[in-house]
Amino acid sequence: MIEIKGIEKKFGSLEVLKGFDLSLSRGKITAVLGPNGSGKTTLIKSILGLVVPTVGEIRFQGQTIFNDWKYRKEVGYLPQIARFPENLKVKELFKLIEDIREAQGNPEGLIHSFGLEDFLNKKLRFLSGGTRQKVNLVLTFMFDCPLYILDEPTSGLDPIALIRLKDLIKEKKNKGITFLVTTHIMSLVEEISDELIFLLEGQVYFKGTYVEMLNAEKEENLERAIANILEKEHAKDS
Amino acid sequence: MLKILKYSFFDLIRSRWSIIYFFFYFVTGMVLLYLSNDVSKAVASLMNVTFILTPLIGTIFGVMNFYNSREFIELLLAQPVPRKNIFLGMFLGISTSLSLSLFLGMGLPFLIFGTFGSDQIMSLVFLLISGIFLTFIFTALAFYIALVNENRLKGFGLAILIWLFMAFIYDGVFLLLLIFLQEYPIEKFAIAMSLFNPVDLSRILIMLKLDISALMGYTGAVFNKFFGNNSGMLISIAALIIWSAVPVFLILKKSAKKDF
Repeated sequence: MIEIKGIEKKFGSLEVLKGFDLSLSRGKITAVLGPNGSGKTTLIKSILGLVVPTVGEIRFQGQTIFNDWKYRKEVGYLPQIARFPENLKVKELFKLIEDIREAQGNPEGLIHSFGLEDFLNKKLRFLSGGTRQKVNLVLTFMFDCPLYILDEPTSGLDPIALIRLKDLIKEKKNKGITFLVTTHIMSLVEEISDELIFLLEGQVYFKGTYVEMLNAEKEENLERAIANILEKEHAKDS
Repeated sequence: MLKILKYSFFDLIRSRWSIIYFFFYFVTGMVLLYLSNDVSKAVASLMNVTFILTPLIGTIFGVMNFYNSREFIELLLAQPVPRKNIFLGMFLGISTSLSLSLFLGMGLPFLIFGTFGSDQIMSLVFLLISGIFLTFIFTALAFYIALVNENRLKGFGLAILIWLFMAFIYDGVFLLLLIFLQEYPIEKFAIAMSLFNPVDLSRILIMLKLDISALMGYTGAVFNKFFGNNSGMLISIAALIIWSAVPVFLILKKSAKKDF
């Protein structure tokens, strides 16, 4: 579904992505992990065309994404920070994104399952952080896309919403939808991901399944495995 | 682009600040008209307020709106729309909603006063045109500055500095230069200098229209002498159009390449 070749990105003298290849296969949930500043967000933004790589190529369903915008019809993106125009009402925001995407969304079921019925006529500036994140989720999932890119999808969610979100992801996955997810919540990775990519200092340090990662690091849970990797790298540096 | 323009416009027009901005012009216009009972005088006084305030409000709204929408812009960029539509739509949304506040706020008092239908209405029309030009120009400049500067404080400071420079400092420097160079024929230089400041240009435009030679100042008088009233006005309008187009062009150029 996505082919990345030799991707490099520099911001001034800062090298965020240091040239790696990566491919995402259809119908899988891939989790991107890594410490802060390892290049997770830059990778996601490169796929979305928000960031233009210094070197390298990104292909989506066989087509290069550079200088193209139409491929984003096929991509649903959940941004990390849910901030919207303050004076719009929730339902106006849904309408706005429908208008912009020139597609009919299906927000009703999602509005119900995240309990947003009472907020539809409220202005976005009066919403709490968690509620805004729910709005964010509805905005993303109300369109049917073959690929969803979720940046920290769980931030600010209460347990019920979290369960609904996991169910939603699993349900979509069963329909053959591809996911790319970044998160710091290891239990989420364990529960939903088919494959994980561990980024470290702009390189892919590990790519494989959850179990493979535990075996490689000889640890019994993901948190420890990651701590292990980071300590090893730290020892190498000093 | 029109969709983004529409929503950006409605988001802003419903904000408290647009309404305050409207009332400010409305009250000022009413007071000036009824106190002076003279349309020309009211326009001249309103002009002084407009030429300071319009660029300031355009600057502040341009910068603030961009920085406040930073995350939303990222969401929009991830949608299937070309980049230029997003930035053009947002910029036009802000500037048209500010222009509407200005247009209604300043136009209504004159409507109530009963100026419409008289000859004097044209001076108000020219004031409105130049106010709208200034709104577009300074919003675009501020938008561009915000686009270039990731650091909000720096962007805000720079945008305010440009407003300060155009609205106040430029005139002072200009005057000093004129005094130093008074022994030379500097008409052409003076004309060139005023073309580089949209606030000056608008002032000249109104002065030429009102034909108040006492208020024209040096550049106004030179413009008048050099081009005559009509072509002077045409030239200043042409320069204002260029002033509006250049920052928009810069916004499009910068936004096409920027990483978000």
